[in-house]
Amino acid sequence: MRIPCPYCGPRDSSEFAYLGDAAPRRPADGDAAAMATYVYLRDNPAGPMEELWYHAYGCRAWLVVRRDTRDHAVTGARLAAGREASA
Amino acid sequence: MSSHRLGTGGLVDRQTPIGFSFDGRPLTGLAGDTLASALVANGIRLVGRSFKYHRPRGIVSAGPEEPNALVEKGRGAYREPNTRATTVELYPGLDVASQNRWPSLRFDVQAIGQLASPLLAAGFYYKTFMWPAALWERLYEPAIRRAAGLGSLSGAPDPDFYEKAYAFCDLLVIGAGPAGLAAALTAGRAGARVILLEQDFALGGRLLAERCEIDGMPGAVWAREVEAELATLANVRILSRTAAFGLYDGEVGAVERLTDHLAVTPACMPRQRLWTLVAAQTVLAAGAVERPIVFGGNDRPGIMLASAMRSYIQRFAALPGRSVAVFTATDDGWRTAEAFARAGAPVAAVIDSRRDIVASVRALAGDVPVFLGARVLDAIGGQSLSAIEVIGDHGRRRIAVDGLAVSGGFNPDLAMTTHLGHKPRWSETSLAFLPDALPAHLVVAGAAAGRFTLAEALADGARLGAAAAGMAGKPAAAPPAWRASDETFAVGPLFHVEGGRGKAFVDLQNDVTDKDVAQSVHEGFVSVEHLKRYTTLGMATDQGRTSNVNGLAILARLTGRTIPETGSTRARPPHGPVAIGAFAGLHTGPHFKPTRLTAGHGWAEEQGAVFVETGQWLRAQWFPRPGETDWLESVTREVQAVRSGVGICDVSTLGKIALAGPDVGVFLDRVYCNTFSTLPVGKARYGLMLREDGFVMDDGTTARFGAEDYLLSTTTVNAGKVMQHLAFCHQVLWPELDVQMVSVTEQWAQFAVAGPQSRALLQQVFGSAVDLSDAAFPYLACGAFPLGPTMARLFRISFSGERAYEIAVPAGYGDALVRALMAGGRDLGVTPYGTEALAVMRIEKGHVAGAELNGQTVARDLGLGRMMSTKKDYIGRLMAERAALNDPDRPTLVGLKPTVPGVRLRAGAHFLPIGAAASAENDQGYMTSTAFSPSLGHWIGLGLLARGPERIGEQIRAYDPIRGGDAVVEVVNPVFIDPEGNRVHG
Ligand SMILES: [Zn+2]
Repeated sequence: MRIPCPYCGPRDSSEFAYLGDAAPRRPADGDAAAMATYVYLRDNPAGPMEELWYHAYGCRAWLVVRRDTRDHAVTGARLAAGREASA
Repeated sequence: MSSHRLGTGGLVDRQTPIGFSFDGRPLTGLAGDTLASALVANGIRLVGRSFKYHRPRGIVSAGPEEPNALVEKGRGAYREPNTRATTVELYPGLDVASQNRWPSLRFDVQAIGQLASPLLAAGFYYKTFMWPAALWERLYEPAIRRAAGLGSLSGAPDPDFYEKAYAFCDLLVIGAGPAGLAAALTAGRAGARVILLEQDFALGGRLLAERCEIDGMPGAVWAREVEAELATLANVRILSRTAAFGLYDGEVGAVERLTDHLAVTPACMPRQRLWTLVAAQTVLAAGAVERPIVFGGNDRPGIMLASAMRSYIQRFAALPGRSVAVFTATDDGWRTAEAFARAGAPVAAVIDSRRDIVASVRALAGDVPVFLGARVLDAIGGQSLSAIEVIGDHGRRRIAVDGLAVSGGFNPDLAMTTHLGHKPRWSETSLAFLPDALPAHLVVAGAAAGRFTLAEALADGARLGAAAAGMAGKPAAAPPAWRASDETFAVGPLFHVEGGRGKAFVDLQNDVTDKDVAQSVHEGFVSVEHLKRYTTLGMATDQGRTSNVNGLAILARLTGRTIPETGSTRARPPHGPVAIGAFAGLHTGPHFKPTRLTAGHGWAEEQGAVFVETGQWLRAQWFPRPGETDWLESVTREVQAVRSGVGICDVSTLGKIALAGPDVGVFLDRVYCNTFSTLPVGKARYGLMLREDGFVMDDGTTARFGAEDYLLSTTTVNAGKVMQHLAFCHQVLWPELDVQMVSVTEQWAQFAVAGPQSRALLQQVFGSAVDLSDAAFPYLACGAFPLGPTMARLFRISFSGERAYEIAVPAGYGDALVRALMAGGRDLGVTPYGTEALAVMRIEKGHVAGAELNGQTVARDLGLGRMMSTKKDYIGRLMAERAALNDPDRPTLVGLKPTVPGVRLRAGAHFLPIGAAASAENDQGYMTSTAFSPSLGHWIGLGLLARGPERIGEQIRAYDPIRGGDAVVEVVNPVFIDPEGNRVHG
């Protein structure tokens, strides 16, 4: 599987570390229930999903990668740092 | 000349004889032979014994689909079992042995009466497991293990080495038969980057074995000319002896055999190379495998696929029999009759299950006896075929033969199209599974797509090669239109002949018969996936290339379904056997992972250090001196030296992350549970980092060298994890913070200088220009000072509890620094110490380390709860507030000492109330770290004990059943030495 890093170009997935679903946002208002949801609850979709990957053996950028969980087709990646702006 | 070698023809070199041996018997073949063709040329029929029943077996095919002719190649550690004779290239001195026979291939004890046969019927291992366990262990398993099997491993480490390689291209072509050559040439001429894979040592595929013409020249000549042109194209890479074994997400795996065919392996040459190939487009042109027919005794040596017989005659000039019959349901079988006639050994008969044969095909047999609408019911013979029983309009007739060519149809080699879950479809016209839905960027050409004629293969290759070149921005000129000789590929439905007396094998490699399939159905295993697992049909190393479709057809008939209704099993990579060593590549033994050495490593080696692996690092564990016989003796001396004088320890392996920018203070406040925004320039502070779920992640000190210039340290093992976490916090959570960070672990060499004499040593090294007085450089100070040609960073921090410093220089100066420190401290008796002494001193001081920072502890458990700021938000704050994590019953850090001096404590011992039974209910925690304290003269420990801090002075039991430890210990303050903390200033 290959991931198109915006900095480095298409690279082998073995260069990346996987975190998981990119959708959850860290709650800022100190709500413990919201924090528990953020920490523990994840959807498990069969289909396209946005995920966080870290280019550990490359540029060390965190990426939002769009991947289909059914066939591992990767259809895009962008820097996580800019995700709010481009979302 | 060998007994069955033809005088003319073929692609073998009669001028280059090659000596080899089979079961110790010296034989001669020719250059261009495979082991299988050399055995055929020598008239050798019997080459092995079967997996379960020890039946005599011969060569069935001429390619990688071979289920029978598996041999042990090589001797000693080089022995490779289950090697397909059809894929072994002959070389001088090749030494092979038959398998699964005792005492000899011709006389095999297990085959007499087939002793274990009743044990080995379908589903035997499920059923036998149901019997009493004792019987299984003592009787059945040993019997089955002796009876069933193929080759045996050497038991020695693999003496060869392997490597991995990656390559990228516009077009990857798998298979260099007519379709593959056409695709590679068309795309290559257009300028596309092409990689062409061929598992054989020669390019051409079926062109090497068939009488056919392309543009008026023999197929093999055309293949040679195409190969020559491809070799002139810089944008084309040909990998022969390279088998693609799997289609993965976006890449193809292939294994290249580099030395398996060489009599002498050149020095430094890997045996095999594992390729990861990334292609914009892949053309699968892997051809098709002929399908046998299931009938009584169909495993007799001498029975061979019809196309394989043509390969032996027309490619290898080796005659597989002198009086052979053809049993076919296809036009292809008739071509084999023609091949025998041309070789001067006309076939004894052609038996075709069909009645309507086109005249041009019928003519291929000449005037030999032909039986239409007929079948072979039984094959008769012992170690070699002697006769067949034919049933048809004439009734039954026995025909004496020494060989039988069988053709039941063709199975396109489409496994690679199914590796990602795509299913093929059954074609009633081709009587074969054909590719249907295809993975992205993969197309199929020629016989692999069910387009079996030469003209179709060439047209497919040209069209798909041109398309791939076009997609790569290299449009092809008008694709060449090659003229191919005519062929027909009609086929009739014939999978299984019922009613024979002999065992009728569906899967030759796993010894699965038609009766096993029937039994599976009888017992209710009617799903194709159940059939496969219950009978092991198709589960051998040949992946059922010759058996799956016949098994399905029999299952379909027994269950009254069509083949599409019955379905097909899913093929998974690897398509063929791949040595484990190839997957490991060079990552073996000490090279499994990189070894990281500190700048002071050479110096430590000179000092006689004993090293320990810490993550990827090698660290000095202790420095034995002459006369010291025990590690504890060395460690005790090192601890005493530090506590009474001065010692030096290499701490370069601690993770180091440089942070810069105006928002570093804010950032650190959010990632550490304690406060850093108040840290002044020139000061260092200990920090505790939590995970978002509230548990402790890591600890370390952060020093501030300038307004926007920080250096954060991590534990050795968590360096990568913390870097990733901080990058996450910055890039994902708070990209608005103006912070930059970079790992500088390897850029700095760092040494701890510890002990009451540490300042004196450093003053000696820095000279009087640097003021190291407590007023100028107090506890927790940090600063940068000139040292020789560079600047050294100095930190006044202590892990040992003594007055101590850490000094860091750019890694290139690390070796010089440690030598300077040793020289500067000579008069002070400076002593190098290792990680063991470091650990003893931290346990004496009650500092937590890896054993306590184990991912299951919160700050409160470690006695560090008061570090958690209440004035700010930070990672892990909310989750750490959960009631269960603040339960006083949670095991909490305490110190422990034996009530009887001299008793040794061991980490891992569990705590029980005295007198309580050793049960999980009574478990109150466990010992995390222990050490012999030279300062106190007895063993001490740290542990996590329920309600620990309330229980200082209590006696409990430290129970260690695994190592036989059982001691009464007293709960004490975890700070064993200098609890007031005076010595750090001393
Ligand atoms: Zn990158």
